Amino acid sequence: MAIPLAYNLRNLTVRKTTTLMTALGIALTVAVLVAVLALVNGLDSAFKASGNPLNVLVMRKGANAELSGGLTVEAFQTLKSKPGIARGADGLPQASLELVTVINLPNETHPDGMNITLRGLSQVGLDIREKTKIANGRWFRQGQREVVVGKSIAKGYEAAGIGKKLHFGKGDWEVVGVMESDSSATNSEIFGDLNQIEGDFNRQDGPSSALVRATDTVAAQALVNSINDDQRLNCNARTEVDYMDSQTSSAAPVQYLGVFVAIIMAVGSSFAAMNTMYAAVARRAKEVGTLRVLGFSRGSILTSFFIESVLLSLLGGLLGCLLVLPLNSVTTSMMSFTSFSEIAFNFRAGPQAMAIGMGFAMLMGAIGGVFPARMAAKKEILVALRDI
Amino acid sequence: MFKYLSLMFKNSLRNRRRSALTMVSIGMSLCLLGVLGALYRGLFLAPPAPGQELRLVVHHKVSITQALPASYEAKIRQVPGVREAMIWQWFGGSYKDPRDQKNFFARFCVEPDKFFKVRPEISMPEDQQQAFLHLRTGAIASSDLVDRMHWKLGEKIFITGDIFPVNPELTLVGIITDPNTTESLFFSEEYLRQMLGNGNARQDAVGSFQVQVESANMVGSVAKTIDDMFANSSEATKSESEQAFALQFVSFLGNVKLFLMAICAAVTFTVLLVSANTMAMSVRERIREVGILKTLGYTPGTILFLILGEAGVLAALGGVVGLLLAVGLTNVIRQGPSFMQAMKTLTITPDVGAGLLGLAFFIGVASAFVPAYNASRTPILESLKNAG
Repeated sequence: MAIPLAYNLRNLTVRKTTTLMTALGIALTVAVLVAVLALVNGLDSAFKASGNPLNVLVMRKGANAELSGGLTVEAFQTLKSKPGIARGADGLPQASLELVTVINLPNETHPDGMNITLRGLSQVGLDIREKTKIANGRWFRQGQREVVVGKSIAKGYEAAGIGKKLHFGKGDWEVVGVMESDSSATNSEIFGDLNQIEGDFNRQDGPSSALVRATDTVAAQALVNSINDDQRLNCNARTEVDYMDSQTSSAAPVQYLGVFVAIIMAVGSSFAAMNTMYAAVARRAKEVGTLRVLGFSRGSILTSFFIESVLLSLLGGLLGCLLVLPLNSVTTSMMSFTSFSEIAFNFRAGPQAMAIGMGFAMLMGAIGGVFPARMAAKKEILVALRDI
Repeated sequence: MFKYLSLMFKNSLRNRRRSALTMVSIGMSLCLLGVLGALYRGLFLAPPAPGQELRLVVHHKVSITQALPASYEAKIRQVPGVREAMIWQWFGGSYKDPRDQKNFFARFCVEPDKFFKVRPEISMPEDQQQAFLHLRTGAIASSDLVDRMHWKLGEKIFITGDIFPVNPELTLVGIITDPNTTESLFFSEEYLRQMLGNGNARQDAVGSFQVQVESANMVGSVAKTIDDMFANSSEATKSESEQAFALQFVSFLGNVKLFLMAICAAVTFTVLLVSANTMAMSVRERIREVGILKTLGYTPGTILFLILGEAGVLAALGGVVGLLLAVGLTNVIRQGPSFMQAMKTLTITPDVGAGLLGLAFFIGVASAFVPAYNASRTPILESLKNAG
């Protein structure tokens, strides 16, 4: 027969200071873990949302990032005639030659400036990115020294408001619009006319990459294979989704550090929980004896104390998740090791991260509870009853 | 005052299991604090490593991804206080299968005749230096990389370029030993230019320069002179110490300072909770004993001192455990793979160790204050009535 759960709950409330202190210790451990997971999730979704399975990104063989894409104009011309490329309204293949580089913008928190990705592209590039829309103002015009900034840039950099002039390359550029995309990566970029930007950065001969729209997902895969197998091209193609997946590695060091910290903290916290549970067992020796006299088996005593420990840790887990909740409204930024520029994104402490946190808390409670519970179950009735 | 020391010590040994659990729990947290503290110190507070204090890195003002004209080298060398200047070009590219992280290491193009003048702390046998000087396709690598890759002198190393559209075929001619250089391969910059061929736009472009300054107190002024010299040219420069330059990459991970601080705060608070909980439990069990001590003539002040001291002793012992664990852990981290210099040289320096022990003692005393104060104020009769 099992001991009712209410018994454990009451015991936890009677010693509320001890319960709360132990739970808080677990809560902090869980909070560290969930916060790190939220950071990694945030960065992940910043990239993952932005890939379109129909878009194929082409760079020079060996290149891992658009910044060092190194595609040649000749390769692009050959590339355009590959089968499987969708046609635009004008009947031309939807292939966008792009130049990706980095410029430096100062703001209040970074007076020395942060690196921002600048992308030069033509109309077809905008057509392919149908999820990127103008939120304010208008698109840049071809042949003009005009740029459109992502909404994270517009928010974070006062100098990048509509109507303002940005100085980079060989002169001033007018900000004419703010764009909004479901991808945080695009929201942290600046778009401008390809030819103008090529000229300013002396890159007419070697832009970075090409983004090509396939007619359907099967064609996209065929296109990827056909480009990769073509020795003349010496190019490497992958779908945008694959590329974005590979970009999340920036958070890896933070993730390793965070998980490492959380595990060490967890060992400490489960020892603290063990302490609390040992004290609870010692204090309630008489009660344990009484329960045994009433006919509860050793097994149900063991389960009861074990459950109490897990309940304690669940309370801690819950507190930990609550501590992290406010992070959801926090925007942070990281530099990407592949684009050498800043990406702004939101912490995302979703149900998955919280579930991992709760599981982690339960594990701490279980480890902390198992030995004290065994001690309680092993007590001899008479000895237990005599105990003060 | 010290006559109570043995009493405090004996008191902390009374419930050995609890004391041990508390000590280990505090120890785990403090170990973490020690490692993070050492990391923080290594990143932000450490003095420059030998050889670094005389070195400047000159790169494009906007971003290290943008190139400077090669002609700057001669101009930099003429700046008073500059002993030597050398091209320092990140080559990038990939080795074997780039998807395997194990194949990643840093690849730089340098000038072999100046390499050991700009980096005098690096040692390499004379015959290997000569070979590096004379074989255009020769490459040298740091010993840790050579060991990891199981390379031998004479090994052929094929690199596929990404930033540069060339594929160097190198021969390993030398192995360098230098505590500051990890996982790096160097080859001749002249070989790169030769491969690029005449007329290539990159022929004249250099990623950065390394400069050896005559004396440490001239580093700041030399950096300023160089930056002022190019301030109004089309490609402005930024000169900074090698240490500051390396810190830039750490800042890629986001606000590392804040991240470390937040975790340290959470850990400290956890230690406080664990210690407070233990002391509250142990004082609660001894209320009666406190009453007896009082009848024997102990003043509330002495009792307060006794309990605070006991907590201090316990936490300080936990601190010792933590310190030992931290020293062990940093040893492990130093051996493991690292993505930044600070992890290769991670050590618990005496100041970090002393700070850790001091903090442990302080946390112990602070955490016990509430239960100790309450116990010392409980009237004798009430304490004696307490059944424990």
